Amino acid sequence: MKSPIPSHPKDADLALSARPSANGRFGIYGGQYVPETLMPALEELEKAAEAAWKDKSFTDELQKLLHTYVGRATPLYEAKRLTSHYSRPEGGPRIWLKREDLNHTGAHKINNALGQALLAIRMGKKRIIAETGAGQHGVATATVCARFGLECVIYMGAEDMKRQALNVFRMKLLGAKVNPVTTGTSTLKDATSEAIRDWVTNVEDTHYILGSVAGPHPYPMLVRDFHAVIGEETRQQCKEYFGRLPDVLLACVGGGSNAMGLFHSFIQDTSVRMIGVEAAGDGVHTNRHAATITEGRVGVLHGAMSLLLQDSDGQVLEAHSISAGLDYPGVGPEHSYLREIGRAEYVAVTDQEALTALQLVSELEGIIPALETAHAFAWLQNLCPTLAPGTEVIINCSGRGDKDVNTVAEKLAQI
Amino acid sequence: MIDNKDPLPQNSVSQDRISRRLRQLKKEGRMALMPFLMAGDPDLETSAAILLRLQEEGADVIELGIPYSDPLADGPVIQAAASRALACGTTPRLVLQMLKDLRGELFIPIVLFTYSNPLLNFGMERFCEEASKVGVAGLVVPDLPLEEAELLSPLAADYGLDLVLLVAPTTPKQRMIRISRKSRGFTYLVSVTGVTGERTVLEDRVQSLIKELKESSTSCVAVGFGISGPEQVRQVRAWGADGAIVGSALVKRISNAEYGCEADEAGVFCCELRKAAG
Repeated sequence: MKSPIPSHPKDADLALSARPSANGRFGIYGGQYVPETLMPALEELEKAAEAAWKDKSFTDELQKLLHTYVGRATPLYEAKRLTSHYSRPEGGPRIWLKREDLNHTGAHKINNALGQALLAIRMGKKRIIAETGAGQHGVATATVCARFGLECVIYMGAEDMKRQALNVFRMKLLGAKVNPVTTGTSTLKDATSEAIRDWVTNVEDTHYILGSVAGPHPYPMLVRDFHAVIGEETRQQCKEYFGRLPDVLLACVGGGSNAMGLFHSFIQDTSVRMIGVEAAGDGVHTNRHAATITEGRVGVLHGAMSLLLQDSDGQVLEAHSISAGLDYPGVGPEHSYLREIGRAEYVAVTDQEALTALQLVSELEGIIPALETAHAFAWLQNLCPTLAPGTEVIINCSGRGDKDVNTVAEKLAQI
Repeated sequence: MIDNKDPLPQNSVSQDRISRRLRQLKKEGRMALMPFLMAGDPDLETSAAILLRLQEEGADVIELGIPYSDPLADGPVIQAAASRALACGTTPRLVLQMLKDLRGELFIPIVLFTYSNPLLNFGMERFCEEASKVGVAGLVVPDLPLEEAELLSPLAADYGLDLVLLVAPTTPKQRMIRISRKSRGFTYLVSVTGVTGERTVLEDRVQSLIKELKESSTSCVAVGFGISGPEQVRQVRAWGADGAIVGSALVKRISNAEYGCEADEAGVFCCELRKAAG
């Protein structure tokens, strides 16, 4: 049983100093459940990040590259046809897309990959490793490694390599080595375990660019901070376009990096509703889904305490989602915390609902979203009828769908 | 289900069983031999037979792995053993039941090797209580570094279990001292920067790590990860270690053995290692 959700989180719980606390915890979540071998590297990383954020030459370089290489700021786009699709006779919410799909490499992932690559260079690490599910984080990491001349090794589940063949080819073209992972379920969970084992072995010369707000402290904070630019820009753009804060933020959640990036700068503005959309796969009442917050229990995976899909003996369960990027049985610890204190809501949509939404957005807006992103769009059908006319809704359009066209074509052919 | 009627063991007797054994051996000029096996690989009945055979062939302490789906600190050999054990239905509860069934036959200290999540899921205190009831002497939790051990440490002590902490070649000296002072039973010195698995040679720095540990605290030191045979057992003995943990090399022999011959294979290997450990 889950504890009931409190409706009014306390200011102290929302303060930046509580997310995470000095010992790397978001409430009970987070921490550093890793082999001792990695502890000094985690401490080094935390110190390096702290120093970097205070160093103007670092922040200037990051800013410059985000602008000239990544293509930021990304637009906040008013989706008029989608808005009118959900409009009722008396009106309806206005829907805006934060266009992270327009970033270099086609998703939000590069914000973090770029930041961490700059950190790795500051720490004198010449070899980079990363895990990837959909391949977006792998491509982003391979891209920045090419840009800075760093050796790059990507771990990817053999099953995901099949689903995301295009991204595997892109990584190779960018000069990265892609190591297939065949242990366990051959998906993101196992790729992450294998990346951690590589790091345990090569920690002295290697930096691990973890791709989500998961993993041991300081990663959930570090990755969030590099993605916080999404929310910061959104805030400015809302002010500019409609003169106030938005009412609702909507983002898909696998590990939860794009959602944390959008949510972060709004957490203390409690008038802003935040909704994370998980992958329900075949449905949350089947055993084929990836709805960790909706269905999980407290556990430890990949170095952090968070909600987790696990069996009655504490063995981690196989997740399922049509979207490789959401196919993960864990979730970032800060999301578990935001849910517990009642600051964010989490819901889940099925593979089928996501597919339908992908088609709808493609047809109405001329934007093919990634299957991950399509989960956020799919929640609109439940959400919009409940919102008053004039409600300003921001969706994080976290990635583009080119990589998914084969999967989508196969699925649609089956229907 | 574990029978709740068993009386709690005398804590004073139970705790320190491991370090007393290690110190006794040291006095005799010998080193403790600590084989590792995965419970339930290939099944629990076989594991029970192997445990008894290892005891018979002179093992001083046995490290018994509880299989977990995502063993971050383990290399391919122990990962595969865990997968086999899980596939045949091994659970923490069944491992404890097996140990309960062996009471009266298995006298040497058993240290359970388990990751955080199965422990957390079982309930830390309940796990300590039940492990203690079936005579377990200690716990090794490879993804629970010093800071995260704060919760488990007093619980383990309450139930007379030694919580063994690990130090690695990457651990800075001051931290190493703090860990070895907090560790109970012995300090587990991870001999390689890496995951479990056989290595052909032991890094020279293991010698200085053993020396530093022995100088900085009174804790016994057992070396593990990468010890693959008698030669390396002899090596760490010469370097002054109080114990040698042999995991992947034994697990591999067990998995390569014909069904029914696992205990014999394990026994032969243990006997070779025993000679090297003195």
